[in-house]
Amino acid sequence: MTKLKTHMGRRAFIKNTSLASGGLVLGFSILNSCKPEQAKEMVVREMPKEWFEMNSYLKIGDNGVVTIYTPNPEFGQNIRTSMPMLVAEELDVDWKNVLVEQAPYHADKYGFQFTGGSRGISARWEPLRMAGATARQMLIAAAAETWQVPKEEITAEAGVLQHAATKKSAGYGEMASVAATLTVPEEVQLKEVKDFKLISRSQKNVDAKSIVTGRPLFGMDIQEEGMLIAMIEHPPAFGLTLKSVDGEAAKAMPGIKDVVTIKSFKDGYEKGGFDTNAFPELVAIVGNSTWEVMQAKKKLKVEWQPITAYSETIAGFGGKQTINIPAGLESTTTHKSQMEALAAKPGKVVRKDGNPEVAFENATTILERSYSAPFLAHNNMEPLNAFAHVAGDKAKIAAPIQIPPLIIPTIASSLGIPKENIEMDLPRMGGGFGRKAYAHFVVEAALISQKVNAPIKLVYSREDDMTNGIYRPTYHATYRAAFDENNNLTALHVKAGGVPESPLFANRFPAGAIDNYMAEEWTIDSNISIGAFRAPRSNFMAGAEQAFLDEVAETTGKDAIQFRLDLLKRAKENPVGERNDYDADRYAGVLELVREKSAWKENDATKHRGVSAYFCHNSYAAHVLDLKMENGKPVVEKVVCAIDCGVVVNPDAATNMAEGAITDGVGNAFYGELTFEGGVPQKNNFHQYQMIRMKEAPKEIDVHFVQNEIDPTGMGEPPFPPVFGAVANALYKATGQRHYQQPFNKSREIVG
Amino acid sequence: MEISLTVNGVSKTVDIADENTPLLWVVRDTLDLKGTKFGCGKAACGACTLHVDGEAVRSCSYPVKFADGKEVTTIEGLGDRENPHPVQQAWIEEIVPQCGYCQPGFMMATAALLNKVPKPTDEDIDKNIINVCRCGTYYRMRKAIYKAAKLQAEKVINESKEA
Repeated sequence: MTKLKTHMGRRAFIKNTSLASGGLVLGFSILNSCKPEQAKEMVVREMPKEWFEMNSYLKIGDNGVVTIYTPNPEFGQNIRTSMPMLVAEELDVDWKNVLVEQAPYHADKYGFQFTGGSRGISARWEPLRMAGATARQMLIAAAAETWQVPKEEITAEAGVLQHAATKKSAGYGEMASVAATLTVPEEVQLKEVKDFKLISRSQKNVDAKSIVTGRPLFGMDIQEEGMLIAMIEHPPAFGLTLKSVDGEAAKAMPGIKDVVTIKSFKDGYEKGGFDTNAFPELVAIVGNSTWEVMQAKKKLKVEWQPITAYSETIAGFGGKQTINIPAGLESTTTHKSQMEALAAKPGKVVRKDGNPEVAFENATTILERSYSAPFLAHNNMEPLNAFAHVAGDKAKIAAPIQIPPLIIPTIASSLGIPKENIEMDLPRMGGGFGRKAYAHFVVEAALISQKVNAPIKLVYSREDDMTNGIYRPTYHATYRAAFDENNNLTALHVKAGGVPESPLFANRFPAGAIDNYMAEEWTIDSNISIGAFRAPRSNFMAGAEQAFLDEVAETTGKDAIQFRLDLLKRAKENPVGERNDYDADRYAGVLELVREKSAWKENDATKHRGVSAYFCHNSYAAHVLDLKMENGKPVVEKVVCAIDCGVVVNPDAATNMAEGAITDGVGNAFYGELTFEGGVPQKNNFHQYQMIRMKEAPKEIDVHFVQNEIDPTGMGEPPFPPVFGAVANALYKATGQRHYQQPFNKSREIVG
Repeated sequence: MEISLTVNGVSKTVDIADENTPLLWVVRDTLDLKGTKFGCGKAACGACTLHVDGEAVRSCSYPVKFADGKEVTTIEGLGDRENPHPVQQAWIEEIVPQCGYCQPGFMMATAALLNKVPKPTDEDIDKNIINVCRCGTYYRMRKAIYKAAKLQAEKVINESKEA
C-alpha cells in the first residue's frame, strides 16, 4: 500500500485554541441550532465536557463524540452526510457518535468551498479522508506513548484503541487530549476500497429530522436581533438601468425605515466569472417586516433608462475573456430568427477529422435535423436571500451560496473593507442548481446593510427571483449525417450556437468514433444574464445529440443501443483524433448495464421506449425511458438509469439525486421555458411558469450504479442531460413524430 | 388589530396593523416559526402550507384576520424529533428530502389529506398533493405518502387498543 504525503493544506492543521475548549469555529455563528437535538440520537447521549481539535475538520470530545466540520455548502446533494462519512471512514469511528457541523467560509482551513460542477466529492475525496486518517494516526501515537508500547501493535477501530498483548484499551476520547498535542504525521496511509466500512454503505441524511420538523436551517430562516428586512427593485426589462427614484411615498408606509440606491461594483472593478449581474444599480427598501416591505415596495416610483452597449473583461476559470453586452430590448422571436440565420452560415470550426466535405459530397443520403431549446429559469424553491451586518470596516454575512470564496473579493471591493474582515456562515440552500453560484445578492445585502447601518436580511420575492435570473441560455444545434448506399454512417457534422454562448463540446462522443467529423459553433451577443444551470451546455447538447443519433441508428437499420455500442467500440479500438474527452469503455458500460436492467429488446413493440446516454463531469449516465400517451398527454411510466461515477460514497443519497435529476429533466423537457418580449421575461411566478408536479413525475425510477473502484467523479449533474434525449426518443415511439423543439408540450401531437 | 389564535396548541395574541397580512408572515416574522416556507406569495407552489382548523391552507395568501379564533398547526406542531407524526416518520424512513425547503409544505398537505382520506390512491395523491419540488423528489414522496398512511393506520389501531 502506498503512503501519501499529507497535503490538506498546512493551515488545516493550525488549531484555534477556542475550539479546544468547545467554542465555535469563529466567534460568530448562527447555524448551530440543531446540534443539541442531534446529540439526543447518539449512542453517547451527552455532550463532552471538553473538546480536542485534531485539525480544522474534526474535534474529539473527552467522551468519544466526534464533531466533523463539513466544508462545502449544501443544497440537497446530501454532502453534509457524505463528506463527513469520508472523514469518519478513515478516523474509524462509530457513525452514531458523529456530530456534523457546517464549517463557515474559511479559505485557509477548508480549502475551496465550492458546491457546483459536480466536483464536491471528487475534490474532497483525498483531503477529507486524510483529515480522518491523520487524526487516527495521532490517536494511535498517543496511545503508544501513554502505554509505552510500539504504535505498530495498536489497533484503532470504531472509536476504540487497543493493544492486544497487554490487553490495554481506551476510547478515542480518552486519548484525544494527548493526541491533539502531537505533531501531524507527514505521511498517511489511506484505506483500500475493499476495507471501507462506511463508504458505499447508505447512511441516512444527517439533516432529515431537522428538515421534517421545520428547523430554521435555510438562509431565508435567519433571524437576528435588530435585523431589518430589505427588498430590491430591479429594472423590469433586460437592457434597462436605473435613472431616478422617488421613494417618499414608500418611506411613508408603515414600518419602513429607508429607501436607498446601491451600486454593486466599484468603478473599474475587474469582475470574476461568477460576478454576473445584469442589474448592478438597484433601489432597495428597508423596513421592519417582510410584508410591510412588500407593500411599500409597490409605492416606489422609479424611472428606468436604456443601457448603452459596453464590453468588459471577465477573469473566469478559463482565464480572461472579453464579452460584449449590446444595448436594446431583446425578444424571443428575434433570438429565433437570429439563431436560424447563423445556423445557416458557416460557423467557427472547432474540430475537423478526416474529410467531412468530401464525405457529404459523396453521400447517397444526408440526414439533417435542427434542435432548439429556450431560456430556462432556475426557480429554486428558496428565493434568493442573504443576511449581512456591516459595522465600520467589518462584515458578518450568512448567505445560501454555492461558491463563497469567489464573492468575497467583490464584497470587499464594493464595501471598501479588507477581505480578512468578512466573516461568512453558510446556511443550507433551498436549491441551487447553479443559480446560487452567482452571489450578486450577497453584495447587495452587504451594501444595503452598510447604507442603513443595521443588520439586514435581503429577501427576493418570487417575481424578483424569476425576472432577475442568470438563466440557462437559449440554444440551437444542427446535426447532419452522411450515409453511403448501404446506409452506413460515413460522416457527421454538428453546428451549434446560442444566445449568448455556444453549447458545443467538440471532443465528446461521437467525436472519435467517426472518420469524417466536423464541429462548428457560433454565438449571438445578448444583454440577458446567463450562467450555469445543472450541467451547463450538456443539458442541451445531450438531448440534441442523443435524439439525432437515434434517428441515425434508425436510418442504418440498427438497434438504438447496439448502434451506440458499435460506435463506442470503434472509439475504443481505433479512435479518430487524439482529443476525445471520454472513456469509451465506461461509456459502453452504462449502456450495457441499462440494457440489462431495463430488459431492453430490439424492436420491442410492447413499449414506447427511448434510450439515451451521455458523458459529463467525468461520469457516465444512461437512461431507458418508457412513455405512454393518455388523452393526448405523455405519461412517463418508468425510467431505468445506469450511472458510472466511480466509488459511490452514499448509495441511497446518490440514488435520490439521480431520481431528482430524472424528474427535473422530464419536467424541463416537457414544460421548461422562459420567453422575452421587449427585454421583459414573460413569466414571473409559478402560475405562469410550469414546473413538473406529482402527477407528471415518473411513476417508477430504477437507478443502478456500475460497481468499480475508480475515485469518485461527478454525480449531481451527469444523470440530468441524457433525460432530454430519452424523453425525445420515447416520445417518437409513442407519437410517431420526432420532436426537435423544447419544451415538447408545445407540439401539436401532445396538446392534442 | 388584535388577533387571537392557537398556534401548535398554544394561545397567542398578535397585534397587527394590517389585518390582511398573510398568515405566513405572522407565523414567520412575528411568531418566529421558520418551518413554514415562503415560495411564491401567490398560493401557486404550496411551500407555505399549514393547517387552519385541520384544513391545509396556503398561508402566503391567507389573511391573518381569517385565522382569528382558529387553531393553526405548523410543521413545528405536527410532531417532533422524539414523537414524529406518521408523515414525518415516513419522510425520514424513505429519506425523501434533497434541499428540503419545500418539504414541510408537502408534509402538511399530506397530513391533511390523510385525515380525510386515510388510504389514498395514486389519483387522490395526484389531485391533492400539488405543491412544487424543484429537486424532483416526487417519486420518493409518493412512496412516503403510502408509508405514512400505513403508519397512521397502525397508530390508530394501537391507540384504540390502549384505550
